Amino acid sequence: MNARAGEWQDEAPAPVLVRLPPHLVVLFPGAERLVALPAASVAEMVDRLDALWPGMRERLCDETPAIRRHINVFVEGRRARLSTPLDPGADVFVITAISGG
Amino acid sequence: MARQVFLLVGTRKGAFLAESDAARRSWALRGPFCETWPTNHVVADPASGTLYAGGGNEWFGPAVWKSTDLGASWTHSSQGLAYEGGEAPVKAVWSLAVAGDGTLYAGVEPAGLFRSTDGGESWTHLDGLQKHPTRPEWHPGGAGLILHSLVLDPADPNKLWVGISAAGVFASEDGGLTWEPRNRGTRADFMPEGQNYPEFGQCVHCLVMAPGGRGRLYQQNHCGMYRSDDGGHSWQSIERGLPSSFGFPAAVHPRDPDGLYLIPLNGDIKGRFMPEGNAAVWRTGDAGASWRAQRAGLPQGGAYFNVLRQAMATDTLEPAGVYFGSNAGGLYASADEGETWDCIAPHLPTITSVETLVLER
Repeated sequence: MNARAGEWQDEAPAPVLVRLPPHLVVLFPGAERLVALPAASVAEMVDRLDALWPGMRERLCDETPAIRRHINVFVEGRRARLSTPLDPGADVFVITAISGG
Repeated sequence: MARQVFLLVGTRKGAFLAESDAARRSWALRGPFCETWPTNHVVADPASGTLYAGGGNEWFGPAVWKSTDLGASWTHSSQGLAYEGGEAPVKAVWSLAVAGDGTLYAGVEPAGLFRSTDGGESWTHLDGLQKHPTRPEWHPGGAGLILHSLVLDPADPNKLWVGISAAGVFASEDGGLTWEPRNRGTRADFMPEGQNYPEFGQCVHCLVMAPGGRGRLYQQNHCGMYRSDDGGHSWQSIERGLPSSFGFPAAVHPRDPDGLYLIPLNGDIKGRFMPEGNAAVWRTGDAGASWRAQRAGLPQGGAYFNVLRQAMATDTLEPAGVYFGSNAGGLYASADEGETWDCIAPHLPTITSVETLVLER
């Protein structure tokens, strides 16, 4: 029982499906618009993205720390924060706000 | 040896490069670079030819871009370019400066100073300005609380000066650890009567150091033009003979400490245009005792543009080249110390900065 529980904890969280905005993808050679990665929260998702493409965390989050003011993360259609949990297979959209000028 | 001359141009929509030879008669324009990010300042390390572009994107925050192949390819980083958790986030990089040993400095909004010793890959906050006892009393100008002027002493790496809108000029003699305000003699017309010469709070627009290493500085202020002969400890007005006391950029002659170029506008509440719609660069050759307008080749009549803080520069050739870029997107060049001018790129985005790089090849 204990061994099985430990084994389960060692496994990565179930993958979620993340869609990245084109303006972000062009900043990181090799980055893709659609990424499947294991994450149990939005904060963990950002960690995984930053591990794949170093520097992406600074583009998505400020030092508050929080998701940047003009970046919106939607989980299952609802606006999320760094602390928002992610269910297995969750659909995540990272979207840039409309900008003038 | 052949000489290559580069103009490094920051704009609201990315960085551009213009390239010429020593004659500086024709220019080849390349860009936009940096994925059209709002780019506030583009500078070069003259020793290595490495280019750095600082800016901030509305979505993604601040970054410094870097090119080691004269603009062909660029990388970007903002690792460490952040305040302590919980503080107002860094919005954008506004100014860059490269020291003789390659150390890179970045001034940001809200006003603060960062240093990189690995060519812009990672950044360390020099928190002396944030911790300055006057800091809680700094109030932003209309454009924000911005560290836009960075002056390094070529002879002493511990000496730095910064210009902050609207906190004034501050100087450090210990490499940026501690700072003191140096605004004695500069006016703050926007303060209540009787409080027009405060210790800090002046709206400096541009701070530059004269060549020759004698501690001479010039500044274009919201309220006047000034010269200091003692490293900013005291300032004297040099605005007599100019059409107004208001303007944004300043540029020094590369070899003559008495030579300065300014672009006075029609005043701070009259639209901040070229006076009478006639474009002119004003030059002194006697440290500000007298001034002369240089207009040949510049638009006369109907020129309702301005020139922003970091958008004028000189090169190191003989005779010196002088360059400026307007908020209306016109890039102007003179190869004869400002006597005659050409518009070498008429329709760029709003130009935020102009710097030069001369390479011997």
